[in-house]
Amino acid sequence: MASEAIWQDEVYTLLREANVTQFAYVPDAGHRILIDKSLADPDVHAVALTTEEEGVALLAGADLGGARGVLLMQSSGVGNCINMLSLNKGGRFPLLTLVSMRGDFGEGNPWQFPMGQATQPVLEAMGVICLRADTPDDAVASVRAAIPMAFQGGNAVGVLLTQKLLGAKPF
Amino acid sequence: MSEHPRAAQIAAAVKAGFVLDRRTALPALIGRHQDFLFVAGLAGTSKDIAALTDDGAHVYTMAGAMGGATMIGLGLALARRDRKVVVVTGDGELLMNLGSLATIAVMNPPNLAIVCVDNGYYGETGYQQSHTSLGVDLEKIATGSGIKRTMTVQLESEIAGGARLIREGNGSSFVLLRVKPTDPPAYKRDFDPSACRVRFRSANLPR
Repeated sequence: MASEAIWQDEVYTLLREANVTQFAYVPDAGHRILIDKSLADPDVHAVALTTEEEGVALLAGADLGGARGVLLMQSSGVGNCINMLSLNKGGRFPLLTLVSMRGDFGEGNPWQFPMGQATQPVLEAMGVICLRADTPDDAVASVRAAIPMAFQGGNAVGVLLTQKLLGAKPF
Repeated sequence: MSEHPRAAQIAAAVKAGFVLDRRTALPALIGRHQDFLFVAGLAGTSKDIAALTDDGAHVYTMAGAMGGATMIGLGLALARRDRKVVVVTGDGELLMNLGSLATIAVMNPPNLAIVCVDNGYYGETGYQQSHTSLGVDLEKIATGSGIKRTMTVQLESEIAGGARLIREGNGSSFVLLRVKPTDPPAYKRDFDPSACRVRFRSANLPR
């Protein structure tokens, strides 16, 4: 079983083996290891975004240029992406996004619930296939599954990293 | 000849310094379009670039996903360091995603140029005034965002300098092309975002 400490390392290796070279992110504790690894990797572009919808558009541009990317965001950021996901549903641009969930299992911050609970329905309404991951093994397996679904199958795919996996932030 | 239905609006814009005609100024600024890969923002600028290139396969035009053009250009420029990428977008679309200028400034790829065709109005929705004809200066926002190579082109005599800025240099560039609010060319381009994606990739991906 993948431990808490190493599952993100495994995910990073999977992404790099799949030739993902653009890592778009809005800073988030749940994605800290992936963000730090991409920043330290001279062979990839780590792109800090001011808002998550920038990442959806960035990765459409990467696809026009024959490159692959991943969007790392928190569930609240999904709400910022809705109209930009027209690129994926209408333009059939592939999308791989890893979403760290808030406002679900064990959450104590009331501000996180509206978007946290709406994340999966909103993504699905815009045609994004959602894979939920509750354990470290699940996270690795889901990312492994999502890579061909996105880049060969031509889909938008979101891996939702739940608070069962990440833990709820104490308040 | 009957008077233009928006003659008073156009006269006011000219008085405020928006004097160039996009139909001649933008082609002059771009020059040989075959030298570039283009991302064109929705509405007016997609018509401009489709007309200039005869809806060429080196162009990705948009008619939705407003605010996305600049970031599509960044992703394309990072993926294709061997090609010069020009984003052509309007003031209305750029106002929707000002933060992307900050993101682009931080990455600063030298093969990316942004041309904002600024007519001060939302042309596609009936020529309502945009913020740029009410005091907002997008070149200053680009400069403040950290883009080092910027220029405002609002006179015929400034076009050649703008053309050099987008073709040369060691960092991303930004040209604010001020034009009067007259219509872009009436060009019927392919509106299918998926067909345009396939066309662009088929024509431009290295084999």
